[in-house]
Amino acid sequence: MTGEAIRHPEPVVEIGELLKGWSERAENLIPILQEIQQRYRYLPEAALRAVAARLQVPLPEVFHVATFYNCFSLEPVGEHLIQVCMGTACHVRGAPLVLERFLRELKLPRPGTTPDLQFTVRTVRCIGCCGLAPVARVDDQTYAHLTQARADSVLRRYRRTRSSPKPPSEAAEKPT
Amino acid sequence: MSERGRLRTAKDLDWLAAEGLRTLYPAQPKVLVGAASCGRAAGAVDVLKAAREEVARLGLAWRVAETGCIGWCSEEPLLDLWLPGHGRVSYGRVKPADARRIVRAAASGKPDLRQALAWMAGDENPCTAAHTPYTQGSNGWFAGLPEYAELPMFARQARIVLRNSGIIDPTSLEEYAARGGYRALLRALTELQPEDVLREVTRSGLRGRGGAGFPTGEKWRRVREAAGKTKYVICNADEGDPGAYMDRAVLEGDPHSVLEGMAIGAYGMGAREGVIYVRAEYPLAVERLRTAIEQAERAGLLGEDIFGSGFSFRVRIVRGAGAFVCGEETALIASVEGHVGEPRPRPPYPAQQGLWGQPTCINNVETWANVPVILLRGGAWYARIGTERSKGTKVFSLVGNVRNTGLIEVPMGITLGEIVEQIGGGGREGHTIKAVQIGGPSGGCIPAEQFHLPVDYESLVQAGSIMGSGGLVVLDTGNCMVDVARYFLEFLEEESCGKCFPCRVGTQRLREMLSRICAGQGTEADLALLEDLCWVVRETSLCGLGQTAPNPVLTTLRYFHHEYLAHVRERRCPAKVCRELITYFIEPTLCDGCHACVQVCATEAILGEKKAVHRIDNSKCIRCGACLEVCQPKAVQVI
Repeated sequence: MTGEAIRHPEPVVEIGELLKGWSERAENLIPILQEIQQRYRYLPEAALRAVAARLQVPLPEVFHVATFYNCFSLEPVGEHLIQVCMGTACHVRGAPLVLERFLRELKLPRPGTTPDLQFTVRTVRCIGCCGLAPVARVDDQTYAHLTQARADSVLRRYRRTRSSPKPPSEAAEKPT
Repeated sequence: MSERGRLRTAKDLDWLAAEGLRTLYPAQPKVLVGAASCGRAAGAVDVLKAAREEVARLGLAWRVAETGCIGWCSEEPLLDLWLPGHGRVSYGRVKPADARRIVRAAASGKPDLRQALAWMAGDENPCTAAHTPYTQGSNGWFAGLPEYAELPMFARQARIVLRNSGIIDPTSLEEYAARGGYRALLRALTELQPEDVLREVTRSGLRGRGGAGFPTGEKWRRVREAAGKTKYVICNADEGDPGAYMDRAVLEGDPHSVLEGMAIGAYGMGAREGVIYVRAEYPLAVERLRTAIEQAERAGLLGEDIFGSGFSFRVRIVRGAGAFVCGEETALIASVEGHVGEPRPRPPYPAQQGLWGQPTCINNVETWANVPVILLRGGAWYARIGTERSKGTKVFSLVGNVRNTGLIEVPMGITLGEIVEQIGGGGREGHTIKAVQIGGPSGGCIPAEQFHLPVDYESLVQAGSIMGSGGLVVLDTGNCMVDVARYFLEFLEEESCGKCFPCRVGTQRLREMLSRICAGQGTEADLALLEDLCWVVRETSLCGLGQTAPNPVLTTLRYFHHEYLAHVRERRCPAKVCRELITYFIEPTLCDGCHACVQVCATEAILGEKKAVHRIDNSKCIRCGACLEVCQPKAVQVI
């Protein structure tokens, strides 16, 4: 993360509502966390505590699971999530340079979230579109045959669609 | 779905298949768009929409459908046109406007063959052994266009696992049935004893396609004979190897084949419950599977008392959460149970104590998809394909620096050279292919001098690699082998679960040493140490991840020692990849002063007025390669 400039408002977590569809068995921990991640785009602390209490799983165990798996994030994700594929095929066709270009354009020293919470850049290990390498996924859309120049034009597309800055709390609570 | 609801008899299945035939080979033209994840990445959704709009605009009663991966990824997005009585023709790199034009031309009576890649005169169905001709006799329409079977990329393939991918609409149970789908399950449940199912699978010689190659029939027998009140079958669809997408393509293109295979296996082993563990990164595969499970349940092909046999079987999907180690079977089970995906020592193997401590059979997607065909054609038929000890076919994702990238299925025993040169069509311009990386992070790099090696489990292990799940990444003189080894170790360091010391710290130290070598700070002594450490990690790690982690290093050390030496002795990267060891410069005789490089340079390292020869200030250059990418006259060069 890029630091102090970002404020992380905790969204109102209606975890009881969310948990309704699940039986209280401990094996449901991962799918429940996935649902929270999908809804809030990260795992708010309050939600982790509520899940631990509900499933009667010790909080450290919940935290262990939440930090073990790559698809969970303990910090809010920007409005647009850029996942740069670092699979083998992408690597040998220049993915590291494409990643660097995204980071440089967004003034990020390493993968993370921009201070305005507009973009989060992450690396991902293979999204399985190796025949079109190098690729990156922005939100639900995958872009193929990337070059550094194409990375720029992809970014422009998302910058343009943003008419007015949304308050971070709304962005964070927006279901995906 | 069928109006009849649950299927009970062979006649019901015939009826379903007949429904499917009406859309599979319709009397009207049909447009098919390859809309698996890779097709979508290339723009298939817009192409599909454009084709639909044009068909509607012209008031045509044509079907416009999605299909799975056709396998020709380098030409995507692919649009196919089915012209009854004439055949099927494939168009490559189709844009929405092209789709409209193609539809318009075909509607006017004569297909437009610009962008056409090849035509298909018929298809083979390994389930029924039937050949379906699409055309009678010679065909004037596609004169000059190659037929699929004439293309080197397809002529050498044998499609058993990919039998329906790119042919059927993956959301149509009827079309799956029309291709012989669920016949094998019907046969198993109504004609065979569980013991007979195991015998056929054993006879086929099928071995696990996830990588290690354990004989499938033997695994099934152990589960069947294990004591336990409940038994489980699991489909491992946690396709974690970077550079591989075989399982994704099967799940997206033909999900019922996996469900049918699992149901047959469950009957053979006496299981009633199945789990499909799918990677989080494959949302479309999950969606396709959900649809398929719902369809199969409604048709009575999953659930209680299937085909009135008394056999019941349910399947649920568990989505992975992004952890490479969960491809390891004991870690996968831990993850299904809601824990972190840490492996545990074996024995006991999952066949004895798996999910919830019960006997559990874990096979990967490709293994399961083979099963229906084996049951219909017999184990002996399957065993005729392939080599002495590796039977059947193998699906590979042929990617990297090769002309034809795509998803291919070849008989075991084909050589690496045939795959790379004939199917792959050789390398990119200006470079020479020097190796293939096979088997993902657990595999190794096999040099071009060894391309005579046949693809079978034993030969690849002997060469220092493994069969793996099917990632086949072609590397050429533009790829640095030390960098590739470093890449894999960085991956493994990140993905090591951290439970055992040799893997957790070993992968870290290996990656550090490789990074030093890439940065030109390594010594010859490091190379010896590197090799020593590899053996320690291999011998002492707890699970397959650590035990095979050194393979990328060991194979590159063995076959590309000279590249390591160039890095440590001469501080030189022969492939011009390692950034600390290269310098960018502008060749003055080629520079036309177009200024394009100046505009993209992030550090203002390029000097020179417009129309004048430019030069690079190396104290400022960060070697990002942005200038190289935009330089038309190729004046920007690397030494």
